[in-house]
This record gives sequence, C-alpha cells and structure tokens, in this order.
Amino acid sequence: MKKPLLEVKNLKINFKTYAGLVQAVRGVDFTLYEGETLAIVGESGSGKSVTSNAIMKLIPQPPGIYADGHILFEGKDLIPLSDKEMSKIRGNEIAMIFQDPMTALNPTIRVGKQIMEVILKHKKVSKHEAQERAIELLRQVGIPMPEKRFNQFPHEFSGGMRQRVVIAIALAADPKLLIADEPTTALDVTIQAQILELLKELQKKRKTSIIFITHDLGVVANVADRVAVMYAGQIVEYGTVNDIFYNPKHPYTWGLLGSMPDLNNKSDEKLYAIPGSPPDLTNPPIGDAFAPRNKYALAIDFEKEPPMFKVSDTHYAKTWLLHEYAPKIDVPEPIVRRMERYKKEAELGE
Amino acid sequence: MNSNHKLLEVKNLSQYFGSPSNPIKAVDGISFHIFEGETLGLVGESGSGKSTTGRSIIGLYDITGGEVIFKGKNIHQVKSKKEQKQLKREMQMIFQDPYASLNPRMTAGEIISEGFDIHGMYRNKNERQAKIISLLEAVGLNREHMTRYPHEFSGGQRQRIGIARALSLDPSFIIADEPISALDVSIQAQVVNLLKELQEERNLTYLFIAHDLSMVKYISDRIAVMYRGKIVELGDADEIYHHPIHPYTKSLLSAVPLPDPILERKRKRIPYVHEETPDTAKMHEPLPNHFVYGTDEQVNKWIKQAKL
Amino acid sequence: MTKQHETTNNLTPEMFTVVGPRLEESDKMTKKSVSFWKEVFLRFKQNKLAVSGVIILFIIALFAALVPELSQYSYRDQLGIYNQAPSKDHWFGTDDLGRDVFVRVWYGARISLFIGITAAIIDLIIGVLWGSISGLIGGRVDDIMMRFVDILSAIPYLLVVIILLVVMEQGLLPMIIALSITGWVNMARIVRGEVLSIKNREFVLASRTLGASTSHLIKRHIIPNALGAILVTMTLTIPTAIFTESFLSFLGLGVTQPVASWGTMASEGMGGLRVAPWRLFFPAFFISLTIFAFNAIGDGLRDALDPKLRK
Repeated sequence: MKKPLLEVKNLKINFKTYAGLVQAVRGVDFTLYEGETLAIVGESGSGKSVTSNAIMKLIPQPPGIYADGHILFEGKDLIPLSDKEMSKIRGNEIAMIFQDPMTALNPTIRVGKQIMEVILKHKKVSKHEAQERAIELLRQVGIPMPEKRFNQFPHEFSGGMRQRVVIAIALAADPKLLIADEPTTALDVTIQAQILELLKELQKKRKTSIIFITHDLGVVANVADRVAVMYAGQIVEYGTVNDIFYNPKHPYTWGLLGSMPDLNNKSDEKLYAIPGSPPDLTNPPIGDAFAPRNKYALAIDFEKEPPMFKVSDTHYAKTWLLHEYAPKIDVPEPIVRRMERYKKEAELGE
Repeated sequence: MNSNHKLLEVKNLSQYFGSPSNPIKAVDGISFHIFEGETLGLVGESGSGKSTTGRSIIGLYDITGGEVIFKGKNIHQVKSKKEQKQLKREMQMIFQDPYASLNPRMTAGEIISEGFDIHGMYRNKNERQAKIISLLEAVGLNREHMTRYPHEFSGGQRQRIGIARALSLDPSFIIADEPISALDVSIQAQVVNLLKELQEERNLTYLFIAHDLSMVKYISDRIAVMYRGKIVELGDADEIYHHPIHPYTKSLLSAVPLPDPILERKRKRIPYVHEETPDTAKMHEPLPNHFVYGTDEQVNKWIKQAKL
Repeated sequence: MTKQHETTNNLTPEMFTVVGPRLEESDKMTKKSVSFWKEVFLRFKQNKLAVSGVIILFIIALFAALVPELSQYSYRDQLGIYNQAPSKDHWFGTDDLGRDVFVRVWYGARISLFIGITAAIIDLIIGVLWGSISGLIGGRVDDIMMRFVDILSAIPYLLVVIILLVVMEQGLLPMIIALSITGWVNMARIVRGEVLSIKNREFVLASRTLGASTSHLIKRHIIPNALGAILVTMTLTIPTAIFTESFLSFLGLGVTQPVASWGTMASEGMGGLRVAPWRLFFPAFFISLTIFAFNAIGDGLRDALDPKLRK
C-alpha cells in the first residue's frame, strides 16, 4: 500500500465574526498520494478554499480557529507547527497558486527575480545557478524568449502568461504538493485549456501531487484522478473521477451534474436545478445539511447527520440513501444517460 | 414563439474608444438582427466586444458609427425626451455582477420600483406594493424580501432582484450581459430556467451575452461568435455547435472542458492562429442562415476543411 | 478514509421514508433585517475609542451650552482678583483682567466649536457641489475644475488667510471665511473621487438603463453612497478648522476682545505663562481634547463604513 503524501483527518475550522461563530469546515477527511490530482469541487460556502488555505496554514488566527483535526504531510502534523517552521515548508514542499495572478505577483519586482527569490530561499545554490534555473522554469511553463522575459515586470504579461509565471514561481523549489485554488476561473476558455494542459504536463514530469479546487465540473473531468465534493463545510462524496461522474450516489452530486446542460440536452427540457440556497454556517442545520434542498430527503435527514457510507474501495458518500433501510431511488435522467454512455465506451474499449 | 418579425436590427455598429487618431476598436462594424420572441446568444472571450455591443445597443455609450433599429425606429435618431423615455421602457438590461448591480443602500422593493419613480407609474401606494410583490413572485422570491437589503441576499437571489428590476417596466426586449457568469453552477441552472420561463410567459426577446458556451447553446436559438470586435460566425445554435466553419469558432468549441471524463480524454483542442482579415473580408452565407466572416478565399478554404 | 458505516442502533425503517425538501427553511431570512446605517452604527458602537470621543464631545457641548448660562460670573466680568490660581470659587483660576477662566473656557468652547463646525459646513457645501459636478460631468469641465482646485491648494494657505484677515479686519465672520476659503478643496477632491467610482458602478448603469435623469442619479445613488466618505471627511475637517483657528488666534489674527475663543485665550495665556500657567493650560487642554474626540469619531466612522470588514 502506497504511503500517502497528505492525510487530512477530521479537519474543523471556525471563524469568529461579529455575526457569530461560522463553522466553515466541519470535519473533512481525505488522502492524497504521490503524483495524483485530487479535485475539490464545491460552490460558495462549501469550505473548499478554507480547506486549502488551512493546509498551508494561511488561515489568519484570529478570526480563524483550528478547532479540531490533523493535517499530516508526509506523516507530520502541520497544525501545531509554528509560523517559522511552516515557512520552511511553504514554497518548498507545498506551494500554492491562486485565482488572480496579479495579486500573487509583486508588480514592482521583475518576474525572473521573483522566481529566483523562491529558489534561493529554499535551495543552497549560487545566484547564477538560481538564475539559470529560473530561466529554465520560464521555458518549461511555455513562456517564449524566456531569457528576455526574465527581466520584465508582471504588467508586461497578459493574464494567461501571468498565470504561467505564477506556476513557475510555485514550482521553483520543486514542491511535492501543489495546491491550485481556482487557477483558471478568471481566464478565458482557450487560455484555461492551455494552462490545464501545462499543469498536467508538468505533473507528469515532476510527479507533483496536485489539489485542484474548482466549481467547474468540466475542469474536474479534465484534470482529476480523484474528486471530493464539498457542501456546507463537509465532503459529501469522494471517489475516482469515474466514480463521481458515472456512478454518483449523493443527491447533491446529482444536482451538480444535472444542472449543467448536456451536449445532447434538448433545449425545451428544463435544467435540473437544485432549488434554494446553501445554509448559513453560523447555524448549521441539524442532520444532513443538504436536506432542506434535497428532493429525496428522508425523515432521518432532518434529525441525524449521515456517516460516510462505503460504495467501493475507492468510493464513499455521506448520505442516508445508502443505508440498508433507505428506499431505492431512481437516479435522475441526465445521470442515467451519462452512465449509459460510460458503459458503452467501456464495452467498446474491451 | 419565434415570429419572422425583426424586433432589433443592428447595422454596421461600431464603438471606438480612446483617441480618434488611434482608437481602440471595441466593436468594429457588426451587423445582425433578432427576431421577436427568440434568444440570440452572443459569445466571445475577453476583448471580443460582446459586452460593449450590449451596452452600445442599450444606449450606455454614444455609438461611433452604424445604426440600431428597434421596432422599425432608429433609436439614435429619436430626439424627443418623451420618446426616448418610452424606448427605455421597451429595452432593458440584466447585469453580470449581482454584488455591484444593486445599490447597497436601497431595499429590494425600492430597487425594483425605481423604474416606477422615474416614469411616474404606480403612484398609488397600494397598487405599487402589489406590483412589487407580483414582480418578486415572478422571479421566485416573496413579499418578505421586499424590505431587505442586498447584503442580506445570496448571489442568486440578488440576480433575481436584478431580473425583477429589468421586468418592472414591462419591456419586450432584454439584454442579459453575462447574467450567470458570477453565480454558482447550481444557481446558474435556477436562473436560466427562470429566464426561459419568463420568456415564454411574457413573449420576451433576449440578447444573451456570455462566455459559457454550453449554457449559451442551451438557452439560445441562434448564436453569434465575436472575436476582436467582429462577428466571425452567426447561425442556429445547433448548427454552430456541431458544424462550425470559422477556425476561431472551432478553436473556441474545442477548448471547452466537458463534464464527462471519457469525452474529455478523447477531446483534442484546436489552437487558433489569427489570420489577418483585409478589407475585402465580408460576411458570407455559405449555408442557409449560417454566416461566416472572411475573404472569399478564406471562406472557401474553411468550407472545404469543414466538410472533411 | 477512516469513518465506516456505523452500527445502526435506534434507527427504524420509518425514519427512512422520503419526505422531500423544506425550502422555506432554505430560503428563510434568518437574521433580522438591518439597514446599512444601522449596521454602521452597531459597528461604530463596538469601537471604544470612537464612543469615548462621542461622550467627550457630548460633555463639552453640554458644558458649553450650560455653563455660561448658569455661572454666577459672565465671561467679561472683571472681578478684581487677578491671576489667581484655581480655587473653589474659581475652578480654573482667574486671568490678568480678573475674569473667571472657567466660564471663559466654556464660552470660548462655544466660539471655537461654532467656528469649526460652520467652517466645515461651508467646506462641505462648496466641496460637495464642486466635486460632484466635476466628477459627474467629466471631460474638459472636470479637467478645468480640478486644475482650479490644484492651483488653489498650491498657494501657501497661511498667506491667503493672513491677507484676507488683514483686508477684512479681524472678527468672527472673517475668521470663518478665511478658514473655508481653501478648506473646501479637500472635500471637493474626495467627493469627486467618490463620484467617479460610484458613477461607473453597475447599479448606476442599471438606473440609467431604466431612464434615470442626472438629478435622479445624484439624489438616489451618488449622494447616498458618497455620504459615508463625506461624513468621515467632515468629521475630520472640524478639528482641522478648530486647530487652525487656534493657531491663527495664537498669531494674533483671531477674534477680537472681549469675544474669546480657545485660541485667543491661549494666546493671552502665553503672556502670563510663568505667573499664571493655568491660563494657557486649560484652553490648550480643551483644544487638544476636542481635536482628539473628533479624530476618534472620524476614525471610528471610517472603520465602521469599511465594506471590507463586512461579510
């Protein structure tokens, strides 16, 4: 059995606000292995960004509170580490890229220097060597004429190019884990496609593990090996990318998959829209947080929070519908169609 | 209900910004029309000019050139204040950012009824309240929401308030400028369903501006693809999706990630290399109701490639 | 994954009947409705320093209103006891003309506060008008109006004020005019900035799409949203005016005898510094306290209005 690179166990994060205590992350568990990509999907308020920021210990305390749980990176718990100890890990072992490249880059420092700073901070190399590596990184992320562009400022690059620079900085010290928080959400679709291709290429070469946070299921299908679906601060379904797209078990996952128009949707069909809005996490509901919006809610959903049920060795879902007493629910139409397409392709493949 | 009556005709619309000697040509001579009751989708990436097009049509900018003809009248030649105001009631807009498009100091009820104040309608308090409530209910909210402030609503709810505001003057034509881009996926579906319902109930015509191609295809009857200020392709939604001719359209479609891992693994992205389009370029109609922009040689070449 | 399917004790099949969604719960507005200004007020209340500023000002205003009325001495009575240290008859002592310093301080409070607030109000009116027109119209008009503002701020302020006071002769009205003549410039710049940022926001565009006239936009959208910045600026303009008036009075350009502001009192007090230091101390102390209070309130307001602290 492979040793995991990252293990998050029962992570709970709260925020003290003037409106009350917000339980942003309410018991999250997942594991990440070397060289794989885990996508964390969720909408606003799901807790996905808080979770990723928590791994890097970037949650400001106050108002944030690490209420419970462990973040084991290569077996070592990050939560009790001091800021000084974390600064040796950030950028070096774990790196992060964000949605807006402009805020990640210092507008007053030349791009090449920003990459060099990361290398010099974490690796014992000469300045000259660091510069060589920085130029090489710019080349690897697909920036043409890297020797020339090394000396340019961030504003001289377009949005997509800036994001490439951000990726170069993130990979400069050769981290084992890259956390990408909505890195392509603000980019045009053609640029997004290029960046996703770049990330996959780099991952193959360097065996970096990636946690990819997004709300776009198309992007998930493109990059992920495994997927964690988050709702109201918890992971509600967890499995391989095929598990999630072709055999989803949680009604929220059905809702997400159904709310996107299929290529084959006839336009007079209504989109399967999840009614209502996500819950207020200063007062998380008792029981299953998704119940008030769940067409298939059971009586027990309003009383007791469901545990994670095992669907297969790779696939888990947190819904009472998987309990032996639960009635058999017909999976919604669009999902069925998807599943049939998968079966057909799988047969063709054999 | 699609009729064959052209509600809106745009002829050679241009919108330039900046210095007259070296202008930024945000919109550079585009022409299209929208039939009554239909939805025309306008897609493009940043810098394509799609948002500028919407805002020029509705009159937020003074256009640099061309004509916008609404219900047979050239709207920029309408001089009388009264007629201009009347025009406002017919054409309305839904904006992209649910956080910026509502005045944080006004309640939902005040936001929705602002149009009444401007046009002197529903002066009677009871009538006005009834009308506000009916608009709230039309967008899936209720009377309880009338006295609340924008910051108390979620993004999807704010967007509904924006829609209610657009409906308040009973328009026949609505320009939706990226109305769902800033919303969560599940909320997008709610809003799109709502827009379709309202279109049927009220016989509305939409210009739907967006960059999410799957959603645009779902909601539109016809689609226009914009690139750097020009419409490069225009046709029925299905046709554009399944038989694109212009290389930019092909490139754009090939770049959209599909929520389907098997199809994703098979998908090949087609990069776009922009060929300069000299002045001889114009709109061609190689197939009925399917238009492509380019020179004669370019269009012929692309037709041959598409058939392959 | 460590959590497994738990032993299902206490669970009965009836609990597993489908009951469907409860959307009223989902769409319920749980928090009490609170308007923008109410929220600002609540946030302001939490700022102890700002609240203490309000209390201090309130007390000063109270004393300024009541003391000259209720005191047995008037501010100009010369009582024959010269330069006496604070005592039970004269809490702040007396000055070199035998006047009770306590009642004079509170009389002076009226004058200083009146000057400060009036000057700030005039600055407000001119500044808001100038800034909104410039920001709204934009283009060349904006350029010209702002160049005028730039030129005015480039002129040495003190020079302008001194010339004015010499020309007009000293007094209450001339002092107010002198303070306002260049003070509005700051407010104009701030208002213009706010107007520029507000007029391009989508809710203003939406209003224009509805057919709103310029005056409607100003009334319903621009002013209400600029109000926060205007209020903060005003709260910080008042102490500047009070301080400047004190400074000018100190130079001898202030209101004339026997009318006294804190500044003129401090100026006179300088003369008797070694003999009767209380004559300088008390007015100077209250100038500082008032300025502090206004600044605390202004800062508190600014923080309470900051949208970043929201959500």
